[in-house]
Amino acid sequence: MTLPLQPPPKKDPQKRTRVPVRPPAQRSRTGTYLCAFAAEGRFALQVCEACGATQYPPREACAVCLSMALTWRDVPAAGMVLADTIVRTSTVVYFRERTPWRIGTVQLSCGPSVMCHLHGDCEVGQPVRVINRLDKSGHGVLMALPQTDTAHMEDDELLRELTCDPKFRRVLITNGRSAAGQALAQALSDAGAAIVFVGEAESWRPYPGQDALRQIPNVEVLPMDVTDTDSLTELAGEIGGKVDILINTARFVRPGGAMDREDIIFARDEMEVNYLGLMRLAQSFGPAMRARGADGVNSATAWVNILSVYAFSNLPEFGSFAASNAAALSLSQCLRAEMRPGGVRVMNVFTGPTEDDWHQPLPPPKVVPSALARGVVAALRDGLEDVYLGDVAKDLIERWRASPKVLERELTEVEDM
Amino acid sequence: MSLDNVTSAAGQASLSGLMMAMATGDVEVVDLTHTLDPDFPVIILPPEFGQCARFRMEEISAYDGRGPAWKWHNISCCEHTGTHFDAPIHWVSGRDLPNNAVDTIPVERLIAPVCVIDCSAGAAANDDYELSVDDILAWELKHERIPSGCWVLMRTDWSKRRGAEYLNMRDDGAHSPGPNPAAVRLLVERDILGFGTETVGTDAGQGFHFAPPNPAHFYFHGAGKYGLQCLSNVDQLPPTGAVLIAPPLKIKQGTGSPLRVMAMIPGRCATPAAAS
Amino acid sequence: MNATTRQAYDGVVITTPVTVPYVRYSKESAHWWIASALGEALRQAGIRSRELDGFSVSSFTLAPDTAVGLVQHLGLTPRWLDHIPMGGASGVAALRRAARAVQAGDVDVVACVAGDANHVDSFRRMLSSFSRFAQDASYPYGSGGPNACFALLTDHYMRKFNATREDFGRICVAQRANALSFPHAIMKKPLSLEEYMAARPISDPIALFDCVMPVAGAEAFLVMREESARAANLPAARILATIERHNAFPDDPIQMRGGWAMDVDELYAMAALSPAEVDFVETYDDYPVICMMQFEDLGFCAKGEAPEFVRSHTLDTHGSFPHNTSGGQLSAGQAGAAGGYLGLVEGVRQVTGHALGAQVEDARTGLVSGFGMINFDRGLCSSAAIIARS
Repeated sequence: MTLPLQPPPKKDPQKRTRVPVRPPAQRSRTGTYLCAFAAEGRFALQVCEACGATQYPPREACAVCLSMALTWRDVPAAGMVLADTIVRTSTVVYFRERTPWRIGTVQLSCGPSVMCHLHGDCEVGQPVRVINRLDKSGHGVLMALPQTDTAHMEDDELLRELTCDPKFRRVLITNGRSAAGQALAQALSDAGAAIVFVGEAESWRPYPGQDALRQIPNVEVLPMDVTDTDSLTELAGEIGGKVDILINTARFVRPGGAMDREDIIFARDEMEVNYLGLMRLAQSFGPAMRARGADGVNSATAWVNILSVYAFSNLPEFGSFAASNAAALSLSQCLRAEMRPGGVRVMNVFTGPTEDDWHQPLPPPKVVPSALARGVVAALRDGLEDVYLGDVAKDLIERWRASPKVLERELTEVEDM
Repeated sequence: MSLDNVTSAAGQASLSGLMMAMATGDVEVVDLTHTLDPDFPVIILPPEFGQCARFRMEEISAYDGRGPAWKWHNISCCEHTGTHFDAPIHWVSGRDLPNNAVDTIPVERLIAPVCVIDCSAGAAANDDYELSVDDILAWELKHERIPSGCWVLMRTDWSKRRGAEYLNMRDDGAHSPGPNPAAVRLLVERDILGFGTETVGTDAGQGFHFAPPNPAHFYFHGAGKYGLQCLSNVDQLPPTGAVLIAPPLKIKQGTGSPLRVMAMIPGRCATPAAAS
Repeated sequence: MNATTRQAYDGVVITTPVTVPYVRYSKESAHWWIASALGEALRQAGIRSRELDGFSVSSFTLAPDTAVGLVQHLGLTPRWLDHIPMGGASGVAALRRAARAVQAGDVDVVACVAGDANHVDSFRRMLSSFSRFAQDASYPYGSGGPNACFALLTDHYMRKFNATREDFGRICVAQRANALSFPHAIMKKPLSLEEYMAARPISDPIALFDCVMPVAGAEAFLVMREESARAANLPAARILATIERHNAFPDDPIQMRGGWAMDVDELYAMAALSPAEVDFVETYDDYPVICMMQFEDLGFCAKGEAPEFVRSHTLDTHGSFPHNTSGGQLSAGQAGAAGGYLGLVEGVRQVTGHALGAQVEDARTGLVSGFGMINFDRGLCSSAAIIARS
């Protein structure tokens, strides 16, 4: 029986904030593959192409037939708990601080036995499903969950270390001017966030939904402009210590590529908002978030970037915009490494064209704001790192993984002059 | 017809007289400002430090598809690009003084008398020419004791230099004229309004070797005085008697700005001034 | 049993059992402990270090050295050198290799030594780089060491075979009683079953007295030809049989048996003995559940019946089933790899009648068992030897 999470008490200002420590971070190269799948919430193991045996732990040759042809595949996650133990003391500071900690031996239906974290509602001798999620060191770890959902199961202490659940947490959405920002504010409020700060730049310039935004429960609209360093410094000075989840919805998008524009002005705006805006946010809000990664129930837990999937491969119709997102993607990888010591997840949510004015001439499918909002909340609940929302993004990343060059050529077929 | 009882009739007469004098050429206006263009040199600091942005212009539209009936640009630069004003808040010694930023300087201080000390001969012979106490005293002997509240400009004709010769960078830094610490202290004693030069800084190019380093910035701003740099046409000003107009942009807590510096001088037309 | 009969260990003996007294924490390096044990063994045998022609070493804390670095460090010039990384199975494994080499004439005398340092941080650092599978698949889950893995094995064993904590406690209590007379035991106070049951939990169902205490220390013995031992007047033990197996039963989803189960018949056939004829047993006791597995897999009872076996026997040195007669690691302490030698060194003392503590009456044959290297979720190495009075 999982006890429902209680709203956290007010923080005692006299008490030192707990410094984040991390679970063991060393893995072999092959072992690191687990994190690539955990980043997307996939349960994958190596399967031998020659004899079909599923392997665990990750290795270089099949333990049954010694074939070198091992391929990572999504495998069935069903298993049975053979044994459990409650760790009461550990030489690893991270676990020492979090005992009692329950782990178990689970035999997977696909073959191997694994050592994994156990959800409190799992029993020995009972069937379970195993998930592969990122721990606070950014590596994939396995956890067994009860086969069917149980009440408040997301509140399990071990599971919360692997997820970024917005419940009782304080969220900052950097730009409320867009429909996406407003949909996110609603979704985060519905997901149980204690407060949803929404940034609003140039409030002297009205926009649709400006009033409705202020009516959403627990929303507080604050002045914030990612192109203005002082604006961010000032806001971070006020609320920086209260941001547990930051969602960057600031975006500047215009059509056009390298040659067909007549000047670099929109390109400068795209870089100013999409790339430098991210960097300014990182400098103003990052340090406090990183320091609060282990700060109780409402610890800092996630930084979410909403990016164009064309960051991976350029779409000439929005070529300059795509390039600015490529810059932001690279920077987000840097930010992810910088945030990791604090155990704060940097999550990139990639979408194809969104349903808005600038993408109006593009054919469907496009991502509507409510779908984006739902996707972000689900990804936070699963503690993911790389999220591909919508059909276009899912399709594109599959093609990119198959061959980046073929994708480049496919995407960049333009009309003859 | 006066608007109300307290408007000064004498003041109105002076203003009308000034407008008349400008119309007749009895008062001329000299432009002491370099054109702001991307090629104008800016001060260079050691590479570890933040640098002064160059002046850049980006065309937004030019009566074209981007804007059919109009033309305009976005501009960007540093507060200290081109002909520019230094406020006391620019230097650590002036950081805590009242009204020390460009938006808080009392506006009436931005129109003031100006004294011009000619160091052009010295500067022609020596790139590192120092304005000294002797130079100041000699000027005062010849003209008048420098009054409180006036600008003092150091004329060096440096503004006539072009290209690399202007910053004059060598292996050990820039070499350009400026005041030495004693001269600066004397001018502070005189309670001048501010100090102006034709070079890229109020301090000499090698001014960081003085004690204290960069004495013009340190002492002037520490005493609430202002600076002007990259002036041109200083050779057109009389040694004394002109009025300098130097209002910087009203930037919130700004440390300076590029500006239009101009001087009103007695007309230089062929007709001698009418006897007053 | 193989069609090929295993060759007997005729003409080769084990002599000179040496223990360097264990300490809980020591600033000394593994090199120091190993040198101490080696020096004492060679002194007792009257062999100068420069004359020694065979050397086998096991250690967890020798890095960056291996046996190679040690030979220069200690000034040896052996013509036979081995480094055995098998943890608790190292003693018998070292014995097997050294005995065959001496038998074949490749070497005259092999000094087998195991020793480890224990600094305040040694244990934690060793665990964090123990093995690739531990790094990838068990360390990240909080175990911080083998405790959690063995807790899982114990939990499973208890559920499957209805073993109780009292059953394990009986083993620990008897071993503690044996340790009281052993001069080098780290644990010097008696242990009652009540104290065992009330102990601080470490990783349920394992509690404090189920776990060995990591210490610094060293153990050693010599392997030589029988006539050399006689000439030097050294008490000697004969080797009747040995077995060794690694990664046995890889398809068992969780470990319930060790490699001995694969080769146990060969062991007794080679020794021409039955389990009932063995006078004492030194099992590898990193955890009492593994002692039970050894009782089963080494033929003393059927699989799953060790709890009943423990209830119906007395395990102290003068009991019906003398077991871990010097207290085992649970009471003597685990000096790293030397834990894999402790049983064999004690076994040699017992069969030669030179026990430092309580002596098993008329100890003619003894079984020594080794187990080690929890690579990830199970102990991979197992070994066993039956030794006898000469």
